[in-house]
Amino acid sequence: MSTERLVMKLDPIACDGRGICAELFPERIELDDWGFPIIDPAPIGNHLMKHARRCVSSCPMLALRLERVVGG
Amino acid sequence: MSNATAGSAYRVATAVGPRGLPRLLAGVASDGAVSLVTHRTAFPAPRRPGRHAAADLSGIVDEAGLRGRGGGSFPTATKMRAVAGAQGRPIVVVNGAEGEPASSKDRLLLARHAHLVIDGALLAAGALGADQVVVCIDRASTRTVHAVHEAITQRASANERSCAVRLFTVPPRFVAGEESALVSLLNGGEARPTLKQPPIYVRGVDNRPTLVCNVETFGHLAQIVNFGPRWFRELGTAGEPGTMLASISGDVRRPGVCEVPLGTPLAEVLDLAGARVQRLQAVLVGGYYGTWLAAADALDATLSNHSLRRFGAGVGCGALVALPGSACGITETARVLAWMAGESAGQCGPCLNGLAALAGAMRALAIGRAGRATLTDLHSWAGMVERRGACTFPDGAARLLRSALTVFAADVDHHVRHGVCVHFNSPPMLRVPAGGPPGPGDWR
Repeated sequence: MSTERLVMKLDPIACDGRGICAELFPERIELDDWGFPIIDPAPIGNHLMKHARRCVSSCPMLALRLERVVGG
Repeated sequence: MSNATAGSAYRVATAVGPRGLPRLLAGVASDGAVSLVTHRTAFPAPRRPGRHAAADLSGIVDEAGLRGRGGGSFPTATKMRAVAGAQGRPIVVVNGAEGEPASSKDRLLLARHAHLVIDGALLAAGALGADQVVVCIDRASTRTVHAVHEAITQRASANERSCAVRLFTVPPRFVAGEESALVSLLNGGEARPTLKQPPIYVRGVDNRPTLVCNVETFGHLAQIVNFGPRWFRELGTAGEPGTMLASISGDVRRPGVCEVPLGTPLAEVLDLAGARVQRLQAVLVGGYYGTWLAAADALDATLSNHSLRRFGAGVGCGALVALPGSACGITETARVLAWMAGESAGQCGPCLNGLAALAGAMRALAIGRAGRATLTDLHSWAGMVERRGACTFPDGAARLLRSALTVFAADVDHHVRHGVCVHFNSPPMLRVPAGGPPGPGDWR
């Protein structure tokens, strides 16, 4: 019963649609018709955290981050 | 009339405001500007306020129920309190960029009664402890730029400068008036939106807390301080008090700006501009960043967010465009969308690509080269651009498109089945600025 969760956030200005994130984290990211990521806004469960962190750190544009949200 | 407000610094506001209409446009001649001398007969010069001025002024503005008139209808007092609560000496920005092609009210108010707007900005600056007011105006509006320059000069010669007021011209782009784009430009960058982190009320121009409000909003603020919040509430509705400047264009005999109380039936507002109601097909409410309403719905609604909400619309900046039955709503929307796609700042992938895709598909529909698959694409792409930009410009384009597909549903069907309609060659009702899309150097 954690009250603090992580969600993935995108800086749409920094993103240039390379699509690496969707390859690394298909559980939560799909690409739109132009190759830009559509990110599931739901908090990321512990079982996916490893994938999420790898995805964030692999973005060559540093456009992704994990943000804390309060609430269950 | 006295005002028993908590605002000790402003409690002396006992002047009697104009009865009825107009308010902002009271004393404004059909041509020429209200001089400082004339203005001062009704409005005393803003004085240096005492302590607690920020709380006092935001209290009065809150009591009046003033909401921003630039499009967002955000409570002005909330904005002021946010700036007052941030660290550092604030800056006040008057947003007169007015990149919305269907709106002309900010230009009009500044050209005719800049002193009222500047007074409002100075009152906010004084209360917040700001030492600078920057008036931002679309560079293409040379007449307005000249009028504001003249107003600032008159104040300087009258030794009336409680803080520095300067004029800043803005490139004539749709998104240049977006708050973060304006702040970026004032900081020496381009007039393109940025990610607002931290928000500009915390760190905006020169990294200082920045209050950005629309031209008209500051005009109302000056009148609220002078005539009191109760006077302000004598017009408008309980939920949306005061008046609003409506820019009315399209199929009307007298296109221009009218001041009306919020909650006025749209039929009355359109009538003021000489609309031809019998042949009205639809009304674009809120300008190109707004929503199409079918004629029957529009004539049933009032100029208020409360009334327009059920149509997915809002008052926005108060721009109304009347579309006659002799025009093709699909063709009109396609032209505007093509222009909007060109106005994308080109920073966010979904906006850059999505708006171009939407505009292309809408054009195909307009010229009769679209099938059912094109309609599927339009709906799908509209969903793909919404809430995916750094600013809400793509959301506006999607809203315009979705409302067009709904309101002109019968025409959509006709275009898909039979190709172009008979109104394809009608003269354009929704005009787009000339000059084409911006080049790399057009953002400063």
